[in-house]
Amino acid sequence: MRITCPFCGERELGEFTYLGDAKPQRPAADAGEDAVYDYVYLRDNIAGVMSEHWYHGGGCRAWLKVTRNTLTHEISAVEPAAGAGAAKVGA
Amino acid sequence: MKYSIFSLARAALSGHKNWQPTWRDAAPKDRYDVVIIGGGGHGLATAWFLASEFGIRNVAVLEKGWIGSGNAGRNTTIIRSNYGLPGNTGFYELSMKLWERMEQDLNYNAMVSQRGVLNLYHSDAQRDAFARRGNTMRINGIDAELLDQAALRKMLPFLNFDNARFPVQGGLLQRRGGTARHDAVVWGYAHAASALGVDIIQNCEVTGFTRDANGKVTGVETSRGKIGAGKVGMAVAGSSSRVAAMAGLRLPIESHVLQAFVSEAIKPLLPNVMTFGAGHFYVSQSDKGGLVFGGDIDGYNSYAQRGNLPVVEDVCEGGMALIPMIGRVRLLRQWGGIMDMSMDGSPIIDKSPVDGLYINAGWCYGGFKATPGSGFVFAHLIARDQSHKEAALFRLDRFRRGAMIDEKGQGAQPNLH
Repeated sequence: MRITCPFCGERELGEFTYLGDAKPQRPAADAGEDAVYDYVYLRDNIAGVMSEHWYHGGGCRAWLKVTRNTLTHEISAVEPAAGAGAAKVGA
Repeated sequence: MKYSIFSLARAALSGHKNWQPTWRDAAPKDRYDVVIIGGGGHGLATAWFLASEFGIRNVAVLEKGWIGSGNAGRNTTIIRSNYGLPGNTGFYELSMKLWERMEQDLNYNAMVSQRGVLNLYHSDAQRDAFARRGNTMRINGIDAELLDQAALRKMLPFLNFDNARFPVQGGLLQRRGGTARHDAVVWGYAHAASALGVDIIQNCEVTGFTRDANGKVTGVETSRGKIGAGKVGMAVAGSSSRVAAMAGLRLPIESHVLQAFVSEAIKPLLPNVMTFGAGHFYVSQSDKGGLVFGGDIDGYNSYAQRGNLPVVEDVCEGGMALIPMIGRVRLLRQWGGIMDMSMDGSPIIDKSPVDGLYINAGWCYGGFKATPGSGFVFAHLIARDQSHKEAALFRLDRFRRGAMIDEKGQGAQPNLH
């Protein structure tokens, strides 16, 4: 598996660290216990195309949003995650 | 058929032409008292304990491929009970005791070999942590010995004791730990369960649940038709989230790939199972002579049953750091299995929120050693609707209650357990 970083180009997997599913969003501070429980512990654990967060620690140190098929490891898209990095490339 | 020295001699003297199939490949009936989804070690063990201990013999085990084709046939065959936290300590010792009598119980040679499991330590802090774990084990009646470097030099002279970064200072040894032949465990449970009337149904993939008006599970829909069930238990490891989703449930589980490796056969070298404490590398030598070893999971969600090269490199580096002399041994095979990584690294054996559906999941990459214990406590739960006392903490709602059993203290990040 190789990931094409939008900042650095195609790099080998060992440069990247995995966080997980990009879908869960941190609930608002006043959200109830159920929302926090759901965010911290429950996962869709998708078998198929999944959007996920990777960190390019061995390169530009940007957070990336990678669209990857968990059944085949095929990567269909890599974009900067929301935040400062995304602003730099106008994403 | 019943195996004995006489049956072996009879078969040998007749040219091995008269062996009978060891278990019955059944076709599905319309209805069972209990349907177990998953024909791996845990599912088959559950069925056998239901039939032998709890008197429920109208049981089917449904397997989407062939039995033992998942993680039961993909692990590194290690058995041990060297856990430190309440919940785990007692459960894995229950499992260890069942390993010790499994072959007699099942009338099947599972090649259970109590060759010892040795966890090496490489620093003073790690020695203290291992001493504490060893004491926890001994307080709970489990064998554990803390060995110093001198003792290890006698036992394993080829270790890299004087490594500049990670000197081997000693190890925590559980002599009753060891290995078992993983396929034989599957076949043994199938053999014994089948003899008690359990139907083992292969190539039968569950595609949905049938429910009554109150939402109670009344059976399963499968690739071989509908099958009614009084109760349904799932023991499907890496597919746990997919099966639970058919009942509308989301689980605190991620599926990750773990790779394992075997080298070409070499002469007897490793007397026991050993683990490198400064990285993640565990190794034993099979009776055929191959070194069987593994390390970390790859670290990303996967259902692909194959991994990537960074972990291959990391595992082999761990091996080289510990036993430099294996550097010229060639790798023979490498494969991957899909682990049901839970949010605290410990399993879930509980009733699900859906009436009639029971969950056995979250084994991370430690499920093999748990096979007999898991089968026993899961059968207990299904038969009596009550957790066995040694599995009383493996509850699905423990995450909501903050009652995690986090042996490594990593928090809710499954790829770190």
